[in-house]
Amino acid sequence: MKVRLKDIILKNPVIPASGTCGFGVEMSEWMDLNILGAISIKGTTREARQGNARPRIAECGATGMLNAVGLQNPGVEEVVRHEIPELRRLYDGPIIANVSGFSIEEYAYVCERIDKETDATILEVNISCPNVHNGGMAFGTSPEAAAEVTGAVKAATRKPVFMKLSPNVTDITSIARACVDAGADGLCLINTVLGMRIDIRHRKPVLANRYGGYSGPGVLPIALRMVNQVSKACPGTPIIGCGGVSSEEDVIEMMMAGASAVEIGAAGLRNPKACQTIIEALPRAMKELKIEHLEDIIGIVNNE
Amino acid sequence: MKQNKWHLLSNERIAERVWKMVLTGDVSGIVPGQFVELLVPGHYLRRPISVCDVDGDRLTLIYKTVGQGTVIMSQMRPDEKLDLLTCLGNGYDMSKAEDEVLLIGGGVGVPPLIYLAKKLREGGKRVHVVIGFNTKSEVFSEEMFLNLGCGVDVCTIDGSYGKHGVVTDVLKKSAPYYFACGPMPMLRAIVQTIGTNGQMSMEERMGCGVGICVGCSIETKNGMKRVCKEGPVFDVECLMLNV
Ligand SMILES: Cc1cc2nc3c(=O)[nH]c(=O)nc-3n(C[C@H](O)[C@H](O)[C@H](O)COP(=O)(O)OP(=O)(O)OC[C@H]3O[C@@H](n4cnc5c(N)ncnc54)[C@H](O)[C@@H]3O)c2cc1C
Ligand SMILES: Cc1cc2nc3c(=O)[nH]c(=O)nc-3n(C[C@H](O)[C@H](O)[C@H](O)COP(=O)(O)O)c2cc1C
Repeated sequence: MKVRLKDIILKNPVIPASGTCGFGVEMSEWMDLNILGAISIKGTTREARQGNARPRIAECGATGMLNAVGLQNPGVEEVVRHEIPELRRLYDGPIIANVSGFSIEEYAYVCERIDKETDATILEVNISCPNVHNGGMAFGTSPEAAAEVTGAVKAATRKPVFMKLSPNVTDITSIARACVDAGADGLCLINTVLGMRIDIRHRKPVLANRYGGYSGPGVLPIALRMVNQVSKACPGTPIIGCGGVSSEEDVIEMMMAGASAVEIGAAGLRNPKACQTIIEALPRAMKELKIEHLEDIIGIVNNE
Repeated sequence: MKQNKWHLLSNERIAERVWKMVLTGDVSGIVPGQFVELLVPGHYLRRPISVCDVDGDRLTLIYKTVGQGTVIMSQMRPDEKLDLLTCLGNGYDMSKAEDEVLLIGGGVGVPPLIYLAKKLREGGKRVHVVIGFNTKSEVFSEEMFLNLGCGVDVCTIDGSYGKHGVVTDVLKKSAPYYFACGPMPMLRAIVQTIGTNGQMSMEERMGCGVGICVGCSIETKNGMKRVCKEGPVFDVECLMLNV
């Protein structure tokens, strides 16, 4: 079940996604963290953030959920001093530090602090955040801004940098290419899809933030399409596929689309043991599908 | 957190839009004030419901039908299997209770106080309960508290049963240490009437219920706290209720 992200070896492709597993430690109450392929911790910013007003969660029937948590986190100093070292005490696999920012400088600063003070393995840079210096347009919606963040972050760290892409764009391949051309070591996609729910009885949005990020089974087809497009546009670049993955079959499907590893978000909120269940079920699914090594199926649909 | 399959024993209507569900399964570790998260067919997120009683290997939940999820719950039939997360949240800290304790509940905020009353009575405390409802047809639980040997005041806003008015109309300024659960306007009125010497359960929309998504965090005097993890029960002193 072993897979690789650049030079980093994961014992299996299953990674709890950023924002859906706290700082990892929380999950150790019901799961041995060392079974996981890697762990992607909650998005970190320079200062502590309280996040958005409540309610910040809304359900979408059987298909998933909206969240507008708004990057609540204790700030990078707390993360490097406490959260990452505490996770390291319980877990010896790859730690993926997810980084957010509202300016180019903030991204670079947070990456530099994590690079310098921790043994996090990979930096995963979430570019779905609004750029406060540019009318709040998300960095991840323009190739130029995405490349600028990538360049600044690469200059601030020697750790592998995976850029985490927003699906809320017309052409995901142009953003992906821009990141790779600016030096990204890998890509992670997709983040949540911008959505909305309305409380029809009270005639107002369910989320206090009005809009929120849609994730869960409903986004799987979108994620598969985007991962596949990007795998063709950026051959040789490792991709962490994310979005709607809920079963061992979904993991395999995401890898066939072009992902080298897979993050699991909302499914882990519905079932806290989702990652464990999927890891345990993978060998059997592989056998049934006559897959000897998972690495053999990465992007296999591109070989037609 | 524990995840287990539960067996539904009974599910019956006990008041207007209020249902009582009894399940058997692994009750180990459950304490008053905690909640469970229940999977409902056709819905992605689990539904948080307070622990109302534990008796042997039986767990009782009392819930109101408000939307699709709770309506589906009310249609579940005995023998069905349910997927529950249990032992969620912190529960009430009973060590702070003195010999005489006051419990205050409103509507479907009453259920968690039932298991609490039972444990307090087992601990030899004198327990007085003040519970409020909109109208007579919605009243439930009076008998359960009486059977536990609690003093009970029931209030209805329209005066159709018990005392006419809201719970705070019955409360005296010199109230003993209290535990409260109910709608936010009621909780604020309690603080205005008898102060902060007690604990309260908070309610919030949750993503996970187990502390990993911070969807339900509230601002407290001690910083951001997850209702599902550090709560749902908080010392009233720490809360910022905008009273
Ligand atoms: C810790 C805790 C304990 C609770 N205990 C009880 C109890 O003992 N008895 C009882 O009747 N109710 C209780 N509630 C409220 C109960 O969770 C909601 O009434 C229920 O989730 C509504 O689901 P629905 O599908 O019928 O409503 P919908 O409005 O269709 O639900 C849509 C989404 O919003 C969420 N939601 C809606 N209302 C609430 C609410 N008030 N609180 C939290 N989430 C909500 C649902 O879980 C779901 O994800 C509790 C809530 C919390 C947070
Ligand atoms: C509650 C919640 C919080 C999230 N927080 C972050 C975050 O801090 N940083 C980030 O890059 N992505 C965050 N995400 C996005 C997920 O990591 C993932 O990309 C997305 O949810 C799609 O995967 P899924 O369908 O498996 O949930 C969050 C998602 C959820 C549901």
